[in-house]
Amino acid sequence: MSLLSIQRLTKNFGGLTAVNNVSFDVEQGSVVGLIGPNGAGKTTVFNLITGIYQPDQGAISFEQASLLRLPTHRIVSLGIARTFQTIRLFQNMSVLENVLAGCHCRMKSGILSSMFHFPRQQREERAAIDRALKALDFVGLRDQAENLSKNLSYGNQRLLEIARALGTEPRLLVLDEPAGGMNENETAQLVSLIERIRGMGITVLLIEHDMSLVMRVCEQIVVLEYGSKIAEGSPEEIQRNERVIAAYLGTEDG
Amino acid sequence: MSIHRKNVLGAVFLAILGLLPLFLNSYWVDVLNSIGIYAILGLSLNLIVGHSGLFNLGHAAFYAVGAYTAAILNTHFHIPVLWLLPLCALTAGLFALVIARPIIHLRGDYLCIVTIGIGEIVRIALINNIFGITGGANGIFGISRPSILGLTLRTPTHFFYLILVFTLLTIFLFHLLEYSRFGRALNFLREDAVAAEGSGINTAHYKLAAFVLGAAWAGMVGNIYAAKMTIISPESFTFWESVLMFAIVILGGSGSIFGVLLGAALIVGLPELFREFASARMLVFGAAMVAMMIFRTQGILPPRPRSYDLFETVEGERKA
Amino acid sequence: MEQFFQQLTNGLAVGSIYALIALGYTMVYGVLKLINFAHSDLFTLGAYLGLTLLTSMSLTDRLGPVWGVLILAVMVMGFVALAGALLDRVAYRPLRESPRLSAVVSALGASIFLQNTVMLIYGARLLVYPSNILPKTVLHLFGLDIPLVRILVLCVSLIMMTGLYLFIQKTRIGTAIRAAAIDQGAARLMGIDVNRVILLVFMLGPSLGGAAGLMVGLYYGQVNFTMGWGYGLKAFTAAILGGIGNIPGAMVGGILLGVIEAMGAAYLSFAWKDAIAFLVLILILIVRPTGLLGERVAEKV
Repeated sequence: MSLLSIQRLTKNFGGLTAVNNVSFDVEQGSVVGLIGPNGAGKTTVFNLITGIYQPDQGAISFEQASLLRLPTHRIVSLGIARTFQTIRLFQNMSVLENVLAGCHCRMKSGILSSMFHFPRQQREERAAIDRALKALDFVGLRDQAENLSKNLSYGNQRLLEIARALGTEPRLLVLDEPAGGMNENETAQLVSLIERIRGMGITVLLIEHDMSLVMRVCEQIVVLEYGSKIAEGSPEEIQRNERVIAAYLGTEDG
Repeated sequence: MSIHRKNVLGAVFLAILGLLPLFLNSYWVDVLNSIGIYAILGLSLNLIVGHSGLFNLGHAAFYAVGAYTAAILNTHFHIPVLWLLPLCALTAGLFALVIARPIIHLRGDYLCIVTIGIGEIVRIALINNIFGITGGANGIFGISRPSILGLTLRTPTHFFYLILVFTLLTIFLFHLLEYSRFGRALNFLREDAVAAEGSGINTAHYKLAAFVLGAAWAGMVGNIYAAKMTIISPESFTFWESVLMFAIVILGGSGSIFGVLLGAALIVGLPELFREFASARMLVFGAAMVAMMIFRTQGILPPRPRSYDLFETVEGERKA
Repeated sequence: MEQFFQQLTNGLAVGSIYALIALGYTMVYGVLKLINFAHSDLFTLGAYLGLTLLTSMSLTDRLGPVWGVLILAVMVMGFVALAGALLDRVAYRPLRESPRLSAVVSALGASIFLQNTVMLIYGARLLVYPSNILPKTVLHLFGLDIPLVRILVLCVSLIMMTGLYLFIQKTRIGTAIRAAAIDQGAARLMGIDVNRVILLVFMLGPSLGGAAGLMVGLYYGQVNFTMGWGYGLKAFTAAILGGIGNIPGAMVGGILLGVIEAMGAAYLSFAWKDAIAFLVLILILIVRPTGLLGERVAEKV
């Protein structure tokens, strides 16, 4: 049973077709990589899945329900969380509060209970803070909870984005270049983190340029070039695929 | 320890403030009343400008809607003014909901211009005696004095305590709001609206909610203002009122309750202390706004990061 | 029918003044993506400087009305251009790398500062321009009585706007301005000194705004320190109406707004005249934020 299903997805920007008739499925519990040269339309696919753009044609469904025309925050509360390629944290807020942003959609307190701190609100708030701390623990940032997020190192900011996404209690986690800017050590930790996320039963879809990471963690890989899907398969199949090799030759240091 | 000391300091400050009317003549008590009114207006605008980062330069319009609601219903139907407080919040909030809805998605500086326009339209509507109920340029007079538990509020000192209580209540509630899902959501959308939406926060909803709540609060201040003055006119709700509230928030420290209180005290109080320079006060504010943006964008007293109880305790422990 | 044409010519004249001011907003916006709130006060400054220079130097007595006003206009435009450059240097340039909204607050502060400077220097009461400078001639055209001044205002505005348009379109410097408006980074890579372009924009726009201030002073015969506010907001509306950042758009928008306002005042309600422009502003931002010919202003998410 596929968790996320993308069918014949097309998106144009003016005269440019950024995504052209792309279809693929993400199976429940798997780790899927979306790769391709720069400008292949990978991030556009992510923006389409998360509702930041609306496709011109095609369908996206999550657990058999269509995501089309839903606003981004609704898609998040349905269970798809994402990180951003260009880190987008709430810079002047604490690390903990960044994760609490993710917890927001699983909380209920409205304007009145927020203003009067009814007992229910207090219990919910306590539970949210505990949950956020657990997420921080999970990515290894527990001791940074009270720091401002802008003071974190680059690699830790990427981890915080993942923790924030985990705060939304996702079923599918969409990671946009999670290893971007990380050193070898950090990348190795990221690999184990992704394994642990998968161990929690969360499905992962990721864009990544670091081929060794992709080959290590993904069981299925989708390759885009100029907005079109040129290959799909296991890491071994992709490494042998002629078109993929041609597309990457000289452009990537995979 | 330090929290304890802060509480003691706060109590002492409050006691001194509460006793001040005994030592001041009515002119200075009235100055304190003005500071209080602008402090609450500033705090209400702070929800929109400071916490949510939505530039609203037409806040006087909501203040006016509250004041006129109180004045019209009191003079026509003789409903005691203070009973109308919830209704003033409601009319100002609803008005904000209706006008903010179509414009809330506009980019920062455009929102700013549009709110200026709305403030002006409201003022022109009041001058033109819209619906025949606002009394035109002369406004509405003969608003009856409010009374609480049989005591009719007449002197500046009476109003001092009314305004003080309302200010303290506002500070208390808005402080609680900061430490809540709602308060944080406003900050997330100020910091990065795209990331907030991507983290599952309904940004359009919270932008609108900030506007409505801030407007409703300003509406209640309008009620108190009408009760205090017994006469209101469009002159009290010009663009400059909006600018004053805006300056209080920006210079004091956007997003910070203490910053806004300090801003109100400085911006309303200082010109009274330096009467000879009173005509130059707007000049000084203007220069201060430029300088503040260049040298200290966050204002005089910027908000401090919230601190949370990080130890997973079993119920009970809570913030004072 | 006669009233209609009277209002039309009146609207065209006022609208051409809006258009002149709107050019300043639109040019700054084009390059810096900043609403220069203080532009309206540079307009006021132009009106007051015109009055000061006119009465202190008695140019029109010495040189006759035509040359006198011309020299006066050049001086006013020069001074206001300098004020514009100073404004950029003090209030905006230090904020180039700051968040956009910081610059907006700074602009607002600069506007309040300038307006109150004018008030403290000249006083809060309105001042009167000498009334013997412009001809009182009333032309009889097509059965209508049209004051000659009205036609002069329209013609002078059109000449200045055309001049600016040609300058922006045909000269090297104009090309640099257009390049900087499209992409500052790329313009810099192409060897364009973007800071100089911005400085130039802050001199060109205000000089036209100052000229507009002088024209308003001469045309209506009186000035006061808050006059810039209303004209400024209306001119800004005009810039949005035409599509902000777009120079021909500002011209079209200004003239259109002038006509809409004159017609609204005549046929709907004179008391609501000042609200008309704001209604237009709000409606255009809700319905068609791009204006008639311009860029997107709604938040891109």
